[in-house]
Amino acid sequence: MSILVNKDTKVITQGITGATGLFHAKGALEYGTQMVGGVTPGKGGTNVDITLENGKVVSLPVFNTVEQAVAATGATASVIYVPPAFAADSILEAVDAGLDLVICITEGIPVLDMVKVKRYMEGSKTTLIGPNCPGVITPDECKIGIMPGYIHTKGHVGVVSRSGTLTYEAVHQLSTRGIGQSSAVGIGGDPVKGSEFIDILNRFNEDPDTYAVIMIGEIGGTAEEEAAEWIKANMTKPVVGFIGGATAPPGKRMGHAGAIISGGKGTAAEKIATLEACGIKVAPTPSDMGSTLVSVLEEQGLLEKCTTGVAQA
Amino acid sequence: MNIHEYQGKEVLKQYGVAVPEGKVAFSVDEAVEAAQALGTPVVVVKAQIHAGGRGKAGGVKVAKNIDEVRAYASEILGKVLVTHQTGPEGKEVKRLLIEQGCDIKKEYYVGVVIDRGTGRVTMMASEEGGTEIEEVAAHSPEKIIKEVIDPAIGLQVFQARKLAYAINIPNELVNKAVKFMIALYTAFVDKDCSIAEINPLVVTGDGNVMALDAKLNFDSNALYRHKDIVALRDLEEEDAKEIEASKYDLSYIALEGNIGCMVNGAGLAMATMDIIKYYGGDPANFLDVGGGATKEKVTEAFKIILSDENVKGIFVNIFGGIMRCDVIADGVIAAAKELGLDRPLVVRLEGTNVELGKKMLNESGLNIVAADSMADGAQKIVNLVK
Repeated sequence: MSILVNKDTKVITQGITGATGLFHAKGALEYGTQMVGGVTPGKGGTNVDITLENGKVVSLPVFNTVEQAVAATGATASVIYVPPAFAADSILEAVDAGLDLVICITEGIPVLDMVKVKRYMEGSKTTLIGPNCPGVITPDECKIGIMPGYIHTKGHVGVVSRSGTLTYEAVHQLSTRGIGQSSAVGIGGDPVKGSEFIDILNRFNEDPDTYAVIMIGEIGGTAEEEAAEWIKANMTKPVVGFIGGATAPPGKRMGHAGAIISGGKGTAAEKIATLEACGIKVAPTPSDMGSTLVSVLEEQGLLEKCTTGVAQA
Repeated sequence: MNIHEYQGKEVLKQYGVAVPEGKVAFSVDEAVEAAQALGTPVVVVKAQIHAGGRGKAGGVKVAKNIDEVRAYASEILGKVLVTHQTGPEGKEVKRLLIEQGCDIKKEYYVGVVIDRGTGRVTMMASEEGGTEIEEVAAHSPEKIIKEVIDPAIGLQVFQARKLAYAINIPNELVNKAVKFMIALYTAFVDKDCSIAEINPLVVTGDGNVMALDAKLNFDSNALYRHKDIVALRDLEEEDAKEIEASKYDLSYIALEGNIGCMVNGAGLAMATMDIIKYYGGDPANFLDVGGGATKEKVTEAFKIILSDENVKGIFVNIFGGIMRCDVIADGVIAAAKELGLDRPLVVRLEGTNVELGKKMLNESGLNIVAADSMADGAQKIVNLVK
C-alpha cells in the first residue's frame, strides 16, 4: 500500500512536448510509471517517441485537450509542466476532466491565479498536489515529478514536505539507514496550494502500510502549527518534524513564494515550539532528520518493522 | 516587489481610492515648487524609502509655510533613516513626497492580504489606526475585523459595510468608506498585489475618507502581466548583489555573516543557513541556484558570493536530483580558476553523478575541502573561517 499513487496509476503529462515535460516523462518511464500520453494544445494526433536507456522506444499519444486524453487512455492522474502563465488554466482543465489526482510541478504561478483555482476546485473530486513542488513517489511503483528516483527505497515511512531538496535529503538519510518509504509527497512552497500537510497526514494515517511519518516544514504561514494540532488530536502513528528557516530574516522571501516571515508570524521558533508542545520530536538540524526518526522508531518499538533495506556505511 | 508610497497612491487613485493631493520631489527646489503648486496652508514632507516606521525616525514633517518646507526638505533629503524595517544600517532618503495637509478627525487601519488558511483574499480593518497593526494583533486581536472574499464575486458591498460599521466609521461616511474599500480590493486584484495596507485610513474634518499612507507589495510571479508596475521599481532601494543575481535567475538574499553559501533548492538553502548557525557560524547569504543550473549560472553565483567582501569562506551544498553533481563541479572549478580562489571552500555533493563530481573536484588541483554530509560540511567551513 501507499498513498496517492501506485503501480496501477495511469498518468498523462500536460505540456509533454516541452523540454521539461519530455525530460521528466522519460524519467518517469524509466522508473516504471505508467505514462500513457500527454496534452499539448495544437499537437493533438501526433506522438512523442521516447527512447529509454535500455534502447526501448515508447511512443506516447499527444492530445489537444485533457478530456480527449482521459477518454482515450483511461488516465486518472496528470502531471503539469506548463509555463507559469498558463499553468493555472492547465490545472482547471485537469479538474474539469475529472481526474483523481493532479500534480503541478510548475514554479512561479501568480498567487491570485491559485486563489481562483482553489475556489473552482471546491466540491470537486480532484486532489491537487502543488504547485511549485517536486511531485509524488511511491518507491518501486510510481514516480510522478522531478525527484531523483534512485535515492528512494520501498518501505513504511511516509515523507511530506514543503521543500523539494529537503525531501531528497530526508529520503536519502532514511534509505542509507535501511529505512524505506511508503510514499514521499512534496506539497510545494507556494502560499496558496492544493493539498496541505493535514490532507497528506490524513492519508498516511489511513494507510496500513505507513508506520511513521516525517513532516518537513519551513517558515511562513501557520500550516505546520495547524498540522501539529491535528496530529495531536488524530494521528495514531509517530511523526517527527523539521522546520527550515530558523535563521531567515523577517520580511525576506527565502526563494519559495511562501517562505516569508511577515507581520512577525510564521517564524521557525514558533513552529518548533508548537510541534514540540504537540508531542512531535523536531530534528535539531537538517542532518538529523533521519537519526531523529530512528530514535523515535526505537522508542516505539517500530525500528525493526521499518528497516526494510540494508543500511549503508 | 515594493514600490514607494507616492507610487502606491498614484496606482490606487486610478481605481478611485481617495488620496491626498501630492507630488514627488527629488530635490529641495522641487519640494518647494511642489508645495507652492499645492497651495494648501499646511503641507507634509514625507521621506520615500521602502520601509515603514518613517515617522518615528524623523522622516515625516508637517510644514506650515514655504520656509519650513525648504528647511524640512533639506533636512530629510540625504538623511539616513533607521527604522525597525531598514536594519541598523538604515536607508538614505533620495525622494520626498510633498502632500497637502489633512484635517484628521480619526485614524483607522485597512489592509488586504492573501490568507493562506482559506486560500482567499481577506480584508482586515481596525479602529486602531496609525499604530503598528502587528502590535494591535498581539495585544487586542479582537480589534481587527476580517472579511474573507470569494474570488468568484469579489468584495461585496455588505461586507465592506460590515467592516465600516465594525470599526465605527461615522454613520454619514459609511458609504464613502464602502466605496474606498471596494476600490482598494479592485486595485489589489487587478494589479496582483500581495499586500495592500492603508495605515492610516483617515476621516477628515471636511467629510472625506482618505488613504494617508499606502503600502503596496506586488506578487513577483505576476509582474509579467504588469509592465506599468515593473516600471516603478526603484533599483536604488535594492541590494546590488540581489539585482545582479536576479539577472541570472538566481535567488539570492544578502545577510550579515561571513560564510558564503551556494545551494540548490530553497528549502535546502534555508536549512544550510540554519546548520551553519547551529555550529556557531554566520551565513553571508541565502543562495538558491535552482534546479536547472548550468555551468554559467554556477559561475555567476560564485562571482556574486565572492563580490561580498565580508565572505571569509564558502560552503557549497548540493543535493543533485535534476541538478547533476558533475555540472556543479564543472561550474565550481571554472569559477575558482577564473576568479582565483583566495578563500576556503567546502563542497558537499550528493545525488545524481556524485562520484563523477567528486572526482572532478579532486583532480582539479584546487584547494577544495570535501564534506560527507551537511553537518560535516557546516562544521568544516565554520572551523575554517574562525
